[in-house]
Amino acid sequence: MNTVNTVQQAVAALKQKRAWHWLEYLFWLGAAASVFLLPSQHALLTQIAIWSLFAISLDLLLGYAGIVSLGHAAYFGFGAYVAALFAINFYGEPVTGLLVAGIAAGLLGLVTSLLVLRGTDLTRLMVTLGIALVMYEIANQMSWLTGGADGLTGMPVNPVLGFFPIYFMAANAYAYVLAVCFVLFFVAKRIVHSPFGYSLRAIKGNPLRASSIGIPNNRRLIAVYTIAAAYAGIAGALLAQTTPVVSLTYIDFQRSADVLLMLIIGGTGYLYGGIIGSALFLVAQKFIGNVTPQYWEFWIGFALVVIALFARDRGVFSIYERISGALRSRKAKP
Amino acid sequence: MLTILFDGIAYGMLLFVIACGLAVTLGLMNFVNLAHGAFAMLGGYCAYVLVNFYGVPFFASLPVAFMFAAMIGLVAERTLYVHFYSRSHLEQVMFTIGLVFMVSALVDYFLGSQQRFINLPGYLQGRFDFFGVGIGKYRLLIILVCALIVIVLQLILGYTRFGSRLRAAVDDQRVARGLGINVNWVFALTFAVGCGLAGLGGALGAEILSLEPHFPLKFMIYFLIVVSVGGTSSITGPFLASILLGIGDVAGKYYAPRYGGFVIYTIMIVVLVLRPQGLFARGTAK
Amino acid sequence: MNALETVGLEKRFGGIVPTNDVNLKVREGARHALIGPNGAGKTTLINLLTGVLKPSKGRVKLGGTDITTLSPHRRVSLGMARTFQINQLFGDLSPLEAITLVIGEREKLGTRFWRTFGSDEKLVAEAVALAKQFGLADVLEERTSSLPYGKQRQLEIALAIAGKPRVLLLDEPAAGVPEAERHEILETVAALPKDVTVLLIEHDMDIVFGFADRISVLVDGKLFVEGEPKEIENDPRVRAVYLGERTDD
Repeated sequence: MNTVNTVQQAVAALKQKRAWHWLEYLFWLGAAASVFLLPSQHALLTQIAIWSLFAISLDLLLGYAGIVSLGHAAYFGFGAYVAALFAINFYGEPVTGLLVAGIAAGLLGLVTSLLVLRGTDLTRLMVTLGIALVMYEIANQMSWLTGGADGLTGMPVNPVLGFFPIYFMAANAYAYVLAVCFVLFFVAKRIVHSPFGYSLRAIKGNPLRASSIGIPNNRRLIAVYTIAAAYAGIAGALLAQTTPVVSLTYIDFQRSADVLLMLIIGGTGYLYGGIIGSALFLVAQKFIGNVTPQYWEFWIGFALVVIALFARDRGVFSIYERISGALRSRKAKP
Repeated sequence: MLTILFDGIAYGMLLFVIACGLAVTLGLMNFVNLAHGAFAMLGGYCAYVLVNFYGVPFFASLPVAFMFAAMIGLVAERTLYVHFYSRSHLEQVMFTIGLVFMVSALVDYFLGSQQRFINLPGYLQGRFDFFGVGIGKYRLLIILVCALIVIVLQLILGYTRFGSRLRAAVDDQRVARGLGINVNWVFALTFAVGCGLAGLGGALGAEILSLEPHFPLKFMIYFLIVVSVGGTSSITGPFLASILLGIGDVAGKYYAPRYGGFVIYTIMIVVLVLRPQGLFARGTAK
Repeated sequence: MNALETVGLEKRFGGIVPTNDVNLKVREGARHALIGPNGAGKTTLINLLTGVLKPSKGRVKLGGTDITTLSPHRRVSLGMARTFQINQLFGDLSPLEAITLVIGEREKLGTRFWRTFGSDEKLVAEAVALAKQFGLADVLEERTSSLPYGKQRQLEIALAIAGKPRVLLLDEPAAGVPEAERHEILETVAALPKDVTVLLIEHDMDIVFGFADRISVLVDGKLFVEGEPKEIENDPRVRAVYLGERTDD
């Protein structure tokens, strides 16, 4: 076997993992096209895009670093409030608002990660929940700043970068949100396929061995937690910029639970799970949720139980694989 | 002020009775059961239906609530929970949250979403004076019943064969199996009793805890605090944690209503960060 | 200066003392074996050396530098590597990915977050060469969890060597390897670079006597006796300690 060939092959094989599948091109082109082709659905699509970004931020934690968070909405809501307050008090240009919200949420993530990363699985779970609950209480109590239960209104939304108006313009707003999501998705994809991203996977897969090959586990996890928090904060800011009110629902437990559900439904560890999961969740909610709220809650609970029982990492696709696998083996029998 | 202490102790003991099942489940099987509050709720609603609709005496409804919750727990454990013992914590969380949603939705659908109150017998209502301290009769009953339960639990754990098997299994499951202890059976029974106690607590305390479909989610954090702060290697740990939590919560709501929840959550975070295995646990965390 | 040294190392767990006043000295370039009956405390000692456990008393020195308070990953960057008795691998990664990962971390390139993993040809070339050395060339891109046990064991050692350590702690390298594949592991161990100091934990006397130039015997947490293979082989005390073990073979 020619050594050079093998090395070339090896390099190519590794690069291949990051390459864009034709389905991905199709997806993003389709998403861009939907700006023009699906005008009646822009509000829904904007929601899906924002939640997708939020879910992707959680995927960085859960799917790549193995950290289960029951309180990721803390950063989402924090980013939203920061963006709103920044726009109200300083400057209403949206992209600036996103940057400010991202940095603020990232800092919050950095500080809280030091708390989260101590202890076992269960204590981590509880600390993430606790942090979100504390943030909720703070938002609730500081109603002079946050509007409390009534929420924060009157946030100015200037034209994006000074020339692209999005205020009360559904198509433009969707295009803006989609563009932001794409850029952040692209960055996330690069991060995930970088040496840093691989070290996260190593930490998730075998933290003992990871530290035994020289990976400083905690430092890497703090870094990814900060990035995930920043992403969540930007998602929150996007929602603030496209809806009239920023309220406590941005930061309550239901929001943390919902994004976790979406990611689980779509599958963790491949970035598209967040997108697929939120699309399925929001579309289903639109149809089922309108019948009766209890109806929706029941079926979401049922979906969770089923996924937990039968699916592994790939959410709904695992169920699909199981069923098609079962069908295939049936056919093989004479 | 002493009244607040008294009320806080009552609240805390109630939390303990409900949460002790969760502590044992976690310590025994390393299983994160976020649906534990649902069993308390089911017990509460069972007593509610019996007392308000069928005129069953309050005291009689308590053991029924216990059995009702215990039975559901046993069935759920053997059919569903058993699949998750070797799964990751995430899957356990998913499963149990899913269960909570389903149960909450069902309760909401069949019994409505308003808070429900059990018609307490006349002699339990009101309060009397004891050396200047106002003692609520109902809360006194709660303290007495819970204290009784705690004593019985300690006796069972410390002096019966079942108790020693349970303690062995909590300490080291593999060794316990190796000694011939049927860990699965021990666990099924313990789980059922834990659920039963939760149901009993839910029925007993329906007046203090708010009985409505989203009770499990609202109180989940409290039970988790009891378990994580108190640790899972003893009864006294969660007991003390519950009392502290109960007093802290009642006092907080009275003296600083604006900050109540905030203080508790912050304390929880501080405790978990400083001592991940709990304030009262001995040895290392799992 | 010794490549690896412990001074009065002790570890207590309540009433149990798995490591008791251990003064181990491993010379540079040595092929040093650590033997002892089951429960002697060998794995605890390894964990103390690598930093997974913190000692109750005493110090650990790597090439003269006191590393007692350093975390495991810091010790790795100072040149220490270890393998585990039970394989500790990255199940979802391929051998190529895992080895490349280790080399990248060694070269302090692990924090790169924009470049694609594997785009550095030099790293990958080294990884491929190392994989070949360990007989993994034909399974370079398979998932580690799907590899046969023997290959996994080879990878276990390869990952440690990839870090170009000064000191390598080998914890029972042949553990669980089927008879037919044992010689491959033994050849691998024998072929380890001469400039790497190797501390071998082993049960199997054939491996120990075929490989080591110095042997330390650990019994009940204490260093019982130390010396050259011939001395140890003929020492009646060692035989007594091992008598129960050897007749079971």
